[in-house]
Amino acid sequence: MIAVVDYGVGNLFSLVSSLKFLGFDCVVTNKKEDLYAAKKIILPGVGAFGDAMAKLAETGLVDTVKKLAEEKPLLGICLGMQLLFDKSFEFGEHEGLGLIPGIVTPLAGDIDPRLKIPHMGWNRLEIVRDDPIFKYFKNGESVYYVHSYYSKNCDDSILGISEYDVAVPGLVRSGLVYGTQFHPEKSGSAGLRLLKAFCEI
Amino acid sequence: MISKRIIPCLDVRNGRVVKGINFEDIRDMADPVEMARYYNETGADELVFYDITASYEGRKLFTDVLRAVASEIFIPLTVGGGINSLEDFDTVLKCGADKVSVNTGAIKNPSLIGDAAKRYGSQCVVLSMDVRRVNGKFHVFANGGRIDTGIDAIEWAKRGEDLGAGEIVLNSIDTDGVRGGFDLPMLRAIGEVITIPLIASGGAGKMEDFSELFKYDRIDAGLAAGVFHTKKIDIRALKQYLHDCGINVRL
Repeated sequence: MIAVVDYGVGNLFSLVSSLKFLGFDCVVTNKKEDLYAAKKIILPGVGAFGDAMAKLAETGLVDTVKKLAEEKPLLGICLGMQLLFDKSFEFGEHEGLGLIPGIVTPLAGDIDPRLKIPHMGWNRLEIVRDDPIFKYFKNGESVYYVHSYYSKNCDDSILGISEYDVAVPGLVRSGLVYGTQFHPEKSGSAGLRLLKAFCEI
Repeated sequence: MISKRIIPCLDVRNGRVVKGINFEDIRDMADPVEMARYYNETGADELVFYDITASYEGRKLFTDVLRAVASEIFIPLTVGGGINSLEDFDTVLKCGADKVSVNTGAIKNPSLIGDAAKRYGSQCVVLSMDVRRVNGKFHVFANGGRIDTGIDAIEWAKRGEDLGAGEIVLNSIDTDGVRGGFDLPMLRAIGEVITIPLIASGGAGKMEDFSELFKYDRIDAGLAAGVFHTKKIDIRALKQYLHDCGINVRL
């Protein structure tokens, strides 16, 4: 069973559909016991960092997620990945979950001003360090991004990057904690294969 | 870097995909779920669904179709047609849409663009414009291309961006369904005044039309319907051709 954390942020339709399509049982939940019972946890998310952290805190799941991250594989997607880091500078300064060392900062100012923000669309994911999550993935396949902030100072955790004037960390890992800045549930067959590999870890 | 997108557009009426020429002569073509599956397998970068039914029953069929497509096709989905309110946004987003395209609804109530951008983010809001030349000017048309609003298309595109639209689909009624190539003069007129992504629609007839289109670097995507539906152009072959032309596409 895979637990998808439901804390009132974003649309879970595609993520749940993709897990079902791959044949994995999943439960969309905000209950601690479901997270304890699950084999793996997925932390989704869209929107603003501060708002999302506050909503996650409201569900009372912050400590549970932090504790279980040491025991079973956890995957943060998009904003869910950004929450895994120490800190974000989106509209002020916000504490993250601190599960992966690093910070989240705006793309604006770091990239060529002629490039559009959000970084949105299909971009190639280049493998930096091999990992079981790439079991079904071919280096350089494209994945789908929509984001205006990105993670930094997390070099030791980077598994894959996409080039957007800077090397955007696309896939990161620290211990059992994984994060994808892109949306695997919107990245066609390549994204499904990454999800499948995560679910099989 | 972000690749150029190829987007098949499915006009859906009463739960079936249809296609007209110059917005008229609408013919039944296929089952939308089957077509979505085909496009997903042949390398489409995104799918657009336009609901061209007006009736309540038709709308219900449409959301059923959308849900069916979104549960097995895992690429971005854009939905348009009859989007007049935030409730309409909510309905289609809950059925699995990633972006929502507004047209006549935004002409009637431009604040819809800003309100939706605030609630769902600009990346979710697509301004779709049906444009035709009238006395040497580009006019925005409403109601599926039937009503000349008299609004200047260049001004409307700028306003749409200012209000918070995340991208613009420019459909030239003058070239729609004619398959003589995209309307590059019209695309340039709009492309020079906006900075958000611009999607070209109307007029694709052969692969060369797409390579011509992408020579203009302000274009982010090419959208077409009939040439893809009839398999006159196979998307996988098209993308290989564009790649060979030096254009960055997802293969």
